[in-house]
Amino acid sequence: MASTELSAGLGTPITPSTGQPGIQPGRARDAAARTGVALGRLFAALRSNRKASAGAILLAFVVILAAVPGLIAHDPPRAEIYGRSLGPSSAHLFGTTVYGQDIFSQFIWGARETLIIAVVSGVLSTTLSVIMGVAAAYLGGVADSGLNLVTDTLLVIPSFPLLLIIAAYLPNSGVAVLIAILVITGYSYGARQLRAQALSLRRRDYLEAARVRGERTAYIIAVEIIPNMTPLIVASFLGIAVYNVLFSAGLQFIGFGNPNSVSWGTMLYWAQNNEALAIGQYLWALMPGLGIAILGAAFALLNYAFDEIGNPALRPVRRLRVKRAR
Amino acid sequence: MSSALADGIGQTAGTSDPILQVSDVSVDYATKSGSVRAVDGVSFDLGRGEFVGIVGESGCGKSTLLFAIAQLLSPPAGLTSGNVVFKGVSMVGMTDSQLTAIRWKNLSVVMQSAMNALNPVKSIASQYKDAMRAHGVRSKTEISDRSAHVLKMVGIDAEHLRSYPHQLSGGMRQRAMIAMALLFTPDLVIMDEPTSALDVVAQRSLMVQIKELQAELGFSIIFVTHDMSLVRHFSDRIMVMCAGQVAELGGTSRVFGTPRHPYTAGLMDAFPSIKGQRVFLTGIPGQPPNLAAKPDGCLFAPRCPKVMPACGTTSPPLYQVDGVDVRCLLYADGSAP
Amino acid sequence: MTEPNTGQAVKLKKKPGRRQPAAPDSTGPLLRTEKLTRHFKIGGGLHRRTLHAVDDVSLSIGAGEIVALVGESGSGKSTIARLLASIYQPTSGEIYLQGRRLSAIKSRADLLGYRSDVPMVFQDPFSSINPVFRVSHGIERSLKLHRPELPRAERRAEAIRIFEVVGLTPGADVLERFPHELSGGQRQRVGFAQALAMRPKLILADEPVSMLDVSIRIGLLNLMSKLRDDEGVSILYITHDIASARYVADRLVVMYAGHIAESGPMEDVLARPRHPYTQLLVSAVPDPRADVRVGADTDRGEPPRVIDPTPGCRFRWRCPLAIDTCHQVTPVLTELLPDHSAACHVATADAELKAF
Repeated sequence: MASTELSAGLGTPITPSTGQPGIQPGRARDAAARTGVALGRLFAALRSNRKASAGAILLAFVVILAAVPGLIAHDPPRAEIYGRSLGPSSAHLFGTTVYGQDIFSQFIWGARETLIIAVVSGVLSTTLSVIMGVAAAYLGGVADSGLNLVTDTLLVIPSFPLLLIIAAYLPNSGVAVLIAILVITGYSYGARQLRAQALSLRRRDYLEAARVRGERTAYIIAVEIIPNMTPLIVASFLGIAVYNVLFSAGLQFIGFGNPNSVSWGTMLYWAQNNEALAIGQYLWALMPGLGIAILGAAFALLNYAFDEIGNPALRPVRRLRVKRAR
Repeated sequence: MSSALADGIGQTAGTSDPILQVSDVSVDYATKSGSVRAVDGVSFDLGRGEFVGIVGESGCGKSTLLFAIAQLLSPPAGLTSGNVVFKGVSMVGMTDSQLTAIRWKNLSVVMQSAMNALNPVKSIASQYKDAMRAHGVRSKTEISDRSAHVLKMVGIDAEHLRSYPHQLSGGMRQRAMIAMALLFTPDLVIMDEPTSALDVVAQRSLMVQIKELQAELGFSIIFVTHDMSLVRHFSDRIMVMCAGQVAELGGTSRVFGTPRHPYTAGLMDAFPSIKGQRVFLTGIPGQPPNLAAKPDGCLFAPRCPKVMPACGTTSPPLYQVDGVDVRCLLYADGSAP
Repeated sequence: MTEPNTGQAVKLKKKPGRRQPAAPDSTGPLLRTEKLTRHFKIGGGLHRRTLHAVDDVSLSIGAGEIVALVGESGSGKSTIARLLASIYQPTSGEIYLQGRRLSAIKSRADLLGYRSDVPMVFQDPFSSINPVFRVSHGIERSLKLHRPELPRAERRAEAIRIFEVVGLTPGADVLERFPHELSGGQRQRVGFAQALAMRPKLILADEPVSMLDVSIRIGLLNLMSKLRDDEGVSILYITHDIASARYVADRLVVMYAGHIAESGPMEDVLARPRHPYTQLLVSAVPDPRADVRVGADTDRGEPPRVIDPTPGCRFRWRCPLAIDTCHQVTPVLTELLPDHSAACHVATADAELKAF
């Protein structure tokens, strides 16, 4: 309450607008400028918040591994040409598997598929959440009920039994099916969250103003509502990404997806099948597990940080000391 | 320093010991770019049974001052100087437990929007019970008797004790808030724009009710609003604030009869009249000053119709003119122009 | 037949509008409603009841005039605005814009045409503009949708021109600001600019100044007068504040509990209010310059929520002059003096009946 009074009294019209001076309209240029400004603010926010910095560093680590694995690991990850079950050495940093594959290479190359699965399923999940959630909220009535029925049903269906049934019908399913499963089972939580927020926005005057202006419903949803939900959409993505990292690893662990591809989940599958811990090949199981933990933690930390950035009430209270003149 | 306890409408308000003494209170907000002074050196005394209205535009610091008096400031806002003495005891250094002992029993606060201040998921009775138990009342009969009594005082039927806030109209909610503030018949009730969400008819009936309660129970009132016309008929003294400072302070009839500060005159002129001639009004041009980058000299100078060259360089102190405090260089030599 | 204005320093003269409305029916009023009614179903399941927000409202607004619609909260005034803006559909009754029925409009193009003729300005400056876009977004969308003949470059120039008409100068500068960088008064001016961009005939202003500081209100009210005088736009000014209504409006319509209680020329209605409710409103207005004696018989009542009402005047429980008929027969808006009507069984043309 006191803070609104303060901001009103700061003579707001005198502050210069953000963005460069003299920028011309033209929606492409405006959008580019806004993106530039938003990215700039993003970097500043990431730097200022410790959780965000930590999460960003961890994520950057995984991204680098995924982007240029060949620069780091020189051995081919799938080639079964080395000695079997060798311990860690200078030639094989993490040792080799029972099939004679270099574990270090597998670890480095495995980052790519794990990250791709997490990000792609996260993006698709979030997109579906946005469409189902926001449309339901704005359209209301029968459309709302119908969309919610679908979402709630999927929310309630247990995912693992569903997978086992699908696995029985599609024995050699690949990554695409894996991603599809993740999306269908995972979008509903985000959809409910986004629907709740969209409901709270629905009665805002600027949406009624857009309607009175004559805008179509699809336009209002896409252009007027969704940009106002960006923080929650990003948070939703990060949340579902954590879930997907862990769940996809779990699916691959039980043999889903394509066990012949190289990813952290499939490494765990083969390690478990060959009782890696029992035969002393600890790193074969530990390293992919560590990788999954790092990626999951990265998304989780960024998720916390975005909550704090978006909602100032959650920030750690830094007591700015006001000196008392006595 | 503190202003003379000027005359009011009617009763002998404030002739005995003042119940509240605000001395040179300043409040700063710590921001990333330095401190911003929201309240600057405000002083006034409040007598028993007196009704003081504090008026000003948004951002003038009136709500912040209220929070400072009630010791409700939290970081990044802080009291940087001055003292608040309530019934002879300084409140500024008090611990939380000492404050809790005073709060609601001797000093209560009515917030701006009742819908935000009342818990929407609890009935009125349950909220009153919370308040009373927090201050040591245990007996169930005493709680229910007192709750019914205060509701009756504000003109609400006691059956509404079982109601939830959303079941009451805006006017009734506000009155329920005021009743809650009176549970312990405090000596001082602080009100922050309690009528801003109400219609003109509900507003008037609420003000009349407040005045009647004051006459019956004898508490003092500090009433913050941006609507001067509202306090004109109900307050004994009026304080006009601008950019964190006191612009004018004096008895209501004197201030309204002859507004001395150009800002006060401007505020009064911003009210179209319902009687008499229709006259073209201009309001007060410009915006309130940017508190983060205060100009030199008088803070009202950029918008003042009677500005003089000296106003840009000299910050006027409070002058006393005919028993009214005015912060304006027009009165520098002690006489009214 | 209006009373001559008594004030000298009055900014009331109406210049002939620069644009003559090229209307199919330019003889009648600009906008007219006929027994406009809107009910809402509330409660669910076993307790279905009907809220009568607006009942049998027939009002008319002429070209180039400001009509004030005054009432307490719950009187139905905001519902009327939304009915006229075609946000709600009427339960029954008709709206005529220059003689053409709103309910007859079917195609999107025609509806867009109506929307450009009757835009709306909203009450809350802090939520009526989308915070993620610059303030140019709204006005450029308005121009794009309703004046498609303008090429992009001219659209920009027109937006600047309109911003300056409403007092936001320099227009090019303010267009690039975000809403949070503007004050409440400036944001409301943006709202008027967006409406003005459509070249409207009638602007629906739903409590446009209620959330602004008192000293800022005058500026906005003066802007409304200026729009009427210079641009020839009519304005329906919805408010609960009679004093500001008097300052800016030519005619006054008083609503109570979904009905029109009284309507007529502003000075006439204020000087000689016929309906007891109007008298109550007039007496309740605080005036800093006048002394007011607050009587012991101050009305403490509340306006009712009209749910499943029985016939009879809805003001009867608060009215000191209520008679038996008031409890049985709903009064109809009757013309008591030329152009001055009231819906009251007790009100007459001449007698000075003082209820409050």
